[in-house]
Amino acid sequence: MLRAILPLAIFAVLSVFLYIGLQLDPNEKESTLIDKAAPAFNAPQLEDSTKVLNEQAFQGKVSLFNAWASWCVTCRYEHPLLMQLAQQTDIPIYGLNYKDKAADALKVLQRQGNPYIANAFDQNGRIGMDWGVIGTPETFVVDQNGVVRYKHVGPLTVEVLQETVLPLIKRLRETPNANANAANDQPPA
Amino acid sequence: MIPELGHFALVLALALAVIQTVFPMLGTFRHVQNWVAVARPAAYGQLFFLSVAYACLTYSFIVSDFSVLYVAQNSNTELPLIYRIVSVWGGHEGSLLLWALTLGMWTVAVALFSHNLPREMAARVISVMGFVSVGFLLFLVITSNPFNRLSSAPANGRDLNPLLQDPGLIMHPPMLYMGYVGFSVVFAFAVTALISGRLDSAWARWSRPWTLIAWVFLTLGITLGSWWAYYELGWGGWWFWDPVENASFMPWLIGTALLHSLAVTEKRNTFKAWTVLLAILAFSLSLLGTFLVRSGVLTSVHAFASDPSRGLFILAFLGVVVGLSLALYAWRAPSIVNSGGFSMVSRESLLLLNNILLVVACASVLLGTLYPLFLDAFNLGKISVGPPYFDNVFMFLMLPLLVLLGVGPLARWKQDNAKQLVWHLRFLLIASFGLGLLVPFFFMGMKGLSVFPGLALAFWITFTSVQSVRERLRHKTNRWQALSTIPRSFYGMTLAHIGVAVFVIGVTVSTAFSTEQDVRLEPHVELDLAGYHFIFEGVESVPGPNYTANRGTITVQQNGELVTVLHPEKRTYLVQTMPMTEADIDVTLFRDIYISLGEPLGGDSGAWSVRIYHKPFIRWIWLGALLMAIGGVLSALDMRYRKLARARQPVTEADSVTATA
Repeated sequence: MLRAILPLAIFAVLSVFLYIGLQLDPNEKESTLIDKAAPAFNAPQLEDSTKVLNEQAFQGKVSLFNAWASWCVTCRYEHPLLMQLAQQTDIPIYGLNYKDKAADALKVLQRQGNPYIANAFDQNGRIGMDWGVIGTPETFVVDQNGVVRYKHVGPLTVEVLQETVLPLIKRLRETPNANANAANDQPPA
Repeated sequence: MIPELGHFALVLALALAVIQTVFPMLGTFRHVQNWVAVARPAAYGQLFFLSVAYACLTYSFIVSDFSVLYVAQNSNTELPLIYRIVSVWGGHEGSLLLWALTLGMWTVAVALFSHNLPREMAARVISVMGFVSVGFLLFLVITSNPFNRLSSAPANGRDLNPLLQDPGLIMHPPMLYMGYVGFSVVFAFAVTALISGRLDSAWARWSRPWTLIAWVFLTLGITLGSWWAYYELGWGGWWFWDPVENASFMPWLIGTALLHSLAVTEKRNTFKAWTVLLAILAFSLSLLGTFLVRSGVLTSVHAFASDPSRGLFILAFLGVVVGLSLALYAWRAPSIVNSGGFSMVSRESLLLLNNILLVVACASVLLGTLYPLFLDAFNLGKISVGPPYFDNVFMFLMLPLLVLLGVGPLARWKQDNAKQLVWHLRFLLIASFGLGLLVPFFFMGMKGLSVFPGLALAFWITFTSVQSVRERLRHKTNRWQALSTIPRSFYGMTLAHIGVAVFVIGVTVSTAFSTEQDVRLEPHVELDLAGYHFIFEGVESVPGPNYTANRGTITVQQNGELVTVLHPEKRTYLVQTMPMTEADIDVTLFRDIYISLGEPLGGDSGAWSVRIYHKPFIRWIWLGALLMAIGGVLSALDMRYRKLARARQPVTEADSVTATA
């Protein structure tokens, strides 16, 4: 009897998780980080492990912080777009190389081009956890005061860039003195 | 006008689906023959109106009617005609309509080919399929109407995603859907059998050809997807463990287990409850795949634009369909009696192991796919599971499966002797080991030995498959004549198993010996890789129908003779301005030369970064899958399904265990 009910029971548990999963939309824009100072980190750089990268790097300019990994297929799909951004705009892009092997990651950059100014090498995913990275790729917009203004989960697309990210960056650049507390305007969802 | 007509046809199809669900089912319980007789006409009518709706949407695409939101989002006047036609399934709404249309076609196929089934059983099967159809059509009409109009039409559309503008992708979704939806037939058979409480070998015999055909389509669909990813995504991989790939792979694994357990149920009248459960699971996983892709719970390259209300609807529908069928199973399973006993060493027990390994493989893929979701739900942090997990788990599960695959067809039903079996196969065992070592050593020297496990297994599977044909011919006086008396299903099985061997060779050799190089190439620079000589002629700008391309020209020579000239492209599609890499590939049976164009490296020298791959035996991966599919077709065409179906009609109750073979 128990054996006969087991599949139903397993399915019931699975459904509960799937239901919770629906509430936890991975593309959620309401990250708790939005409008807060970027979580502190201090990590060796991927390209040169004798140097470090920390959140101070974001000071003074509006930048993108992109979490990626060599094993992440979606990241490779996103990669050409980051290359275009790096070549055609002056927006600095920093990378968070997430749970990766340095050799593999460097190979990808060498092969497909490197759009990043520098990469924080987050081998065990600690930094990613502090930043609330669900999966790769994810991209954060950090303003000139080091405040996180926007988070995009999943690959950037032309549409997302044109409709959301680029206008936001333009707006942030035009209001250089806005500080973290004064910024009540939500980034467009 | 035309879009409204399509919308109206869709609503009519929904109404007919409701009728098709309710009346035949009630009729079989209340013994109202007129109600039972509604099943077939309702199915025909539903397909008719679905076809009308589909044709209307296609028409809107062909004439570029951008007042229809879905057309405006997925097409453009610059898009070539063939892509405007296939754009119909380029997004969520249209692909769902294709899903519904496919279901309509399968239902009609069942209605047409079920005349030798007991009347009530056919009516119930069609009714269950109607129920599934109601769910999908409601989903379409309520949350995803492809015929929604815009108040003001834009001058031009947003265009089809450039990634999808490719011949490989024209056939991929229809094949995949034929497979997914095809499992609904077996599912309907299983539910019907549970309702009537009659799970006999006749039920298994009816289910088998339908399972086979659905499985063949799914195999082809997955293969096409893999092939497309290989040449279109531009980095030469063929499988990525992406959530959506996994979503199609899970029903395939369960479907494969189902094929094998159906054989046991048909021939030995045992494994009955297990087989029914697999039939339910195969279709449930198809639905789960739909949920994962369209609800946005997981991120993936393939994911459709997500919408929580859609996710909730599919989850509710999944809950109703899977929940009800599993509840039905829980109710009926304890009363299912297996009559055919078997011992520890027998073909039954080997097939049981096959089933367990395949189901565990599927469970581990499911776990890996949903693991990030589970952790997230428990607030345990957020992670992604990468290919390393899947690769390790799969290696571990597939090795014993492949060893068993060789033994299974040679073991006797009911009872065999392990010692005798091994003794009997000793020469094949030694030959597989020996050739697995010698062949790579002969061609590659010591470094070739890394492919030993894969090659030995491939030889093992091939030898034992040939051996099983030979054993069929033993004691026959005229062997050539005997060859033609072997049933097609046996040839089908043998061919599919050899397909597995071919697939294993492809995976092993291409993984071990692929070479690649990233080079900076200026015009007229030459280089050597894997025994070939490459000459970079330069890059020129070429206009395409809806894109501009930088097209490279690379001459490939071997021993001073021209092999081929390849033209990899870097395209920029005009509407979505998305850069796309179009690799160019020179294909032979034993190797691919794959070149993709990277980035221009600036300066006046005309230098580009170029990636060159030499991939030996990679074709064998898809060739193996193709052989499996052909094997499936052969099996489905077995004479016995037709003969027995005809002979069956008067003796439906009889549950003879006489079927041997």
